[in-house]
Amino acid sequence: MQAILVMAVMSVIVFCGVYAIGNPIDIVIPPEATQEIRLEAIRRLGLDRPLYEQYFIFISNLLQGDLGRSFVYNLPVLELIGGRLPATLELVLISVISATVLGVSLGIYAGYRPDSWLAKTIMAVSVLGFSVPSFWVGLILILVFAVNFGWLPAGGRGQTVEILGIAWSFPTINGLSHIALPAINLALFKLALMIRLARAGTREIMLTDTIKFARAVGLSESTILRRHLLKLISIPIITVFGLELGSTLAFAVVTETIFSWPGVGKLIIDSIGVLDRPVMVAYLILVAFLFVTINFVIDLVFALIDPRVRNGASA
Amino acid sequence: MSDDRTPLRLFWAEFRENKIGLVALVVVVVTILLALFASIISPQDPYDLAKLSLMDSRRPPGFIGSSGYTHLLGTDPQGRDLLSAIFYGLRISIQIGLAAGFVSLTIGTALGITAAYVGGRIEALIMRLIDLQLSFPAILLALVIVALLGQGKVQLISALVAAQYAYFARTAYGAAKAERGKDYIEAALATPLSGRLVVMRHLLPNCMPPLIVVATVQIANSISLEATLSFLGLGLPVTEPSLGMLIANGFPYMMSGRYWISVYPGISLIILIVAINVVGDQVRDQFNPRLRK
Repeated sequence: MQAILVMAVMSVIVFCGVYAIGNPIDIVIPPEATQEIRLEAIRRLGLDRPLYEQYFIFISNLLQGDLGRSFVYNLPVLELIGGRLPATLELVLISVISATVLGVSLGIYAGYRPDSWLAKTIMAVSVLGFSVPSFWVGLILILVFAVNFGWLPAGGRGQTVEILGIAWSFPTINGLSHIALPAINLALFKLALMIRLARAGTREIMLTDTIKFARAVGLSESTILRRHLLKLISIPIITVFGLELGSTLAFAVVTETIFSWPGVGKLIIDSIGVLDRPVMVAYLILVAFLFVTINFVIDLVFALIDPRVRNGASA
Repeated sequence: MSDDRTPLRLFWAEFRENKIGLVALVVVVVTILLALFASIISPQDPYDLAKLSLMDSRRPPGFIGSSGYTHLLGTDPQGRDLLSAIFYGLRISIQIGLAAGFVSLTIGTALGITAAYVGGRIEALIMRLIDLQLSFPAILLALVIVALLGQGKVQLISALVAAQYAYFARTAYGAAKAERGKDYIEAALATPLSGRLVVMRHLLPNCMPPLIVVATVQIANSISLEATLSFLGLGLPVTEPSLGMLIANGFPYMMSGRYWISVYPGISLIILIVAINVVGDQVRDQFNPRLRK
């Protein structure tokens, strides 16, 4: 219920925010157009009506699954974004999943043996991953791997394969080599976050009675780590994983621009440049929708893995 | 004895113990000085278009330009001396970072403390809005606002403030909520002091430590965010390049091996951001009672 309310508020804020400023009519029609053409275009796009009326038209269309037409491409926005979404999803999923798997393993190690030199190195690297701006990491990756060594391509999607009518890069070697750099770029910050999270959780949980008793029973260290520790630290990690999935989608804007990856992030930057309102509004609402959905799914997953939440909900 | 044991001195004595923190602090101070005195120490005024010569553009480090001095870090596509451009760029980056940091600190703290102090419906309204905003990535928000408001310093700072004040509000709210329940606030309220006075004199000062920590981190964040926006071409006008824009200017030339245009401004940006973060970490550890010996 609350999620629907949040979406409604978001749609008003986004709509008014985007529509309040900037006059898109100047981009839609050529400057040498006559006054009649201009007025006609304004009428056709519904820009002459009051703001609340535009909003209601927008909402009723939205509920019917129509997010409007792009002023610039003259295509339905949904089609435009839908066409770009797989590229972004592919990139985001690959980087967040690999960052989580690698980050959690490194983090557990760093928390398990906090005084080893490897743990200290891991933590030092994670500090760097946190503070260095992501676009800069992207530049360095291009400079080192694409320009200096020439191992990996610096931009584009490479060869794609059609699966279920959608083009994907990851099944081909060429596509994978194109994904590598942007995915590393996107993953680095998440990696640092996951390392910290897993390390903090591990250090805390290794001192609890659960672990003491597990040791007393005589379980091997690796069983303790796999069966008890991993379960206990998984709750914050799943939360952050979900939230990061959403924010990585947003951060992909920067990475996609640097590596000219043809995803939604690049689309939104281009649309902002030309004030293509329907695309901007649709993108923001889509992101808000994703966030709300992700939060909902996280709550469901909690109920599945945490007996406390499950029993609390049924009581 | 009592004189040299003021909280500030104790704080400083503890700060000095950590060598890395000290080095970072020195780096931050030196960078600020470089930025402040950019016009005196730079060999060239990078904003004075009359002094720039396209003959000097994109030259490697160590090149002796038409004006007769050595370009230690090379030149950019407009023929600016990169070293001077970096000094001036640092100045803009720090300016914007500080301005955005302080404005968001003020707005966020006011909102957070109001919510915690007044309570009731206002509290619910403010915190709901802030939680809603925090669930949205800051970069996206800043991006949209800059896109809407257009280019310029004030617009850029507004975008950064809009993207960041919520963190301060959350922190201030948390701290004020905890302090609000303590006896000394009740005692202060029992006296005929006005509510405003209690908030300003008693509540606010006790909420400051966590806010200072958030402020250092957020200043570093605004500098980084500003650089990102400028890099995407949504920052300041090209005539006054910040570090992010210098990096963006050099990006197209990187493919042809002219690395220095992007790399040197980038290195200075990172040194600044990392140093601020290290100082922030150190301050946080010192404020954290759980880590006290």
